Amino acid sequence: MSHVIHLGFLGTFGDAFDFILHQQKARIGDNLVGGPDKSLSLVGEHLKVTFLSLGVAAAVALPVGIILGHVRRGETFAIALGNAGRAVPELALIAFVAAYIGVGLANVTFAFAILGIPPILTNTYVGMSQVDRNAVQAARGMGMTNLQSIFRVELPLAVPTIMAGVRTAGVNIIATVALASLAGLSTLGDYIINRNVYGDQGVVAGAILIALLALALDFGLAGLQWALTPRGLKLARAGASA
Amino acid sequence: MTALIAQLAPVLGQVEIHNRTGPNAPCQAQNKAFCFDWAVDNFDRYTTPLLNHVLIVLVCVAIGFAAAFGMALISHGRRWLIPTFTGTTGVLYTIPSLAFIFLLLPITGLGTTTAIIVLSVYTLQIIYRNIVAGLANVPPESKDAGRGMGMTDRQLLWRVELPLALPEIIAGLRIATVSTVAIASLMVFANVNTLGEPLYQQISFKTNVVIAGGLMILMAIAFDALLLLAQRLLAPWRRPSMEALA
Repeated sequence: MSHVIHLGFLGTFGDAFDFILHQQKARIGDNLVGGPDKSLSLVGEHLKVTFLSLGVAAAVALPVGIILGHVRRGETFAIALGNAGRAVPELALIAFVAAYIGVGLANVTFAFAILGIPPILTNTYVGMSQVDRNAVQAARGMGMTNLQSIFRVELPLAVPTIMAGVRTAGVNIIATVALASLAGLSTLGDYIINRNVYGDQGVVAGAILIALLALALDFGLAGLQWALTPRGLKLARAGASA
Repeated sequence: MTALIAQLAPVLGQVEIHNRTGPNAPCQAQNKAFCFDWAVDNFDRYTTPLLNHVLIVLVCVAIGFAAAFGMALISHGRRWLIPTFTGTTGVLYTIPSLAFIFLLLPITGLGTTTAIIVLSVYTLQIIYRNIVAGLANVPPESKDAGRGMGMTDRQLLWRVELPLALPEIIAGLRIATVSTVAIASLMVFANVNTLGEPLYQQISFKTNVVIAGGLMILMAIAFDALLLLAQRLLAPWRRPSMEALA
């Protein structure tokens, strides 16, 4: 095994990368823990719960935000919800859902979706209601129906703001999904909350993986935001900042 | 405890053991929706975590504000620095709080220092962005008027621009404070005794979850109301805006 590179000389961070790359004996018991297979499967579980929750949040928040923003009603509700969303203590939310409703994938997804709804709804409302009224009137003048105006004019113009909300929600959710390990799911949080089993190297390994996932998701959603933004808007912005 | 009861069982009769989960067991043993008597008897166990929680929020928002304010002053005359500062604080804000705590484990260990670093860093983005936005929204006429009165750059900043930016600055402080209250509960993982501590210790005990979570939400509302009041007193010429983009 001389070709195996051990990174222990880098201190705890090196030990953490070793933990991700090589299976090793647990601090308690004789089980083998860590290693690339286990780490990858936890990354997969972590992403599964994240995207499921983000999907549910978007499925609830987008239609409500679009309708409210289109008719330009309910500003107080939309903004207040966004601010209240930041005040939700994640740990208490998970504990509350687990104790009163139950554990398992469906319940946990519900809890994380609650975290994701406020930023998406608020940003969708703001994006839709800030669309230039003249653009909407022009769409009307061209004989577009309400739905055509929403999908062909207002939504494309609101995409940058809406996607900013989706990014915030995604980053919040992927960070908090680690706590799902307290409610009976296997996520990267396993490495973090079982320090007595995985040791410092396992805890730091979990932290590294979660941080990388969050940055990757933010980066990916930023790319999606850019791809969905209509070319005309990009040109207008380039012109404005030049 | 269970073993003790099992030993005493022949003396006390089977009823004692049965009662611990049966219909006559105390409310907390049955984990009912909310045990009012237990809450009244045990409320004192939340006072220390509550005070710690308030203290750590105040300290971290103060540190974050000082740092963000310094950054805003630095970038005020050097506009090319603004994207750099916004980007850096944005990336720091993206790091998940649990991950942040344990990434600091090899450097600062677990404890109050780690908790204060994590919570202060999270406040930077929103406070910095709001100070910059507030300064940018100052009407050019006001600045011209200040100039016309012979103000220097420094006088203009402290006497005209910053006072006019106050509503946005306080709006940033409100969001930062409220979200710090929420994140501070996770500092139980950094071995800091905030309200997260009692919450985590008995995480499946319903009454406990409601009390600890409820106290955090009440604290967030109280902080928000105080800052709103401060905004009304310090900037009475402007209605506090509810506007705060995510």
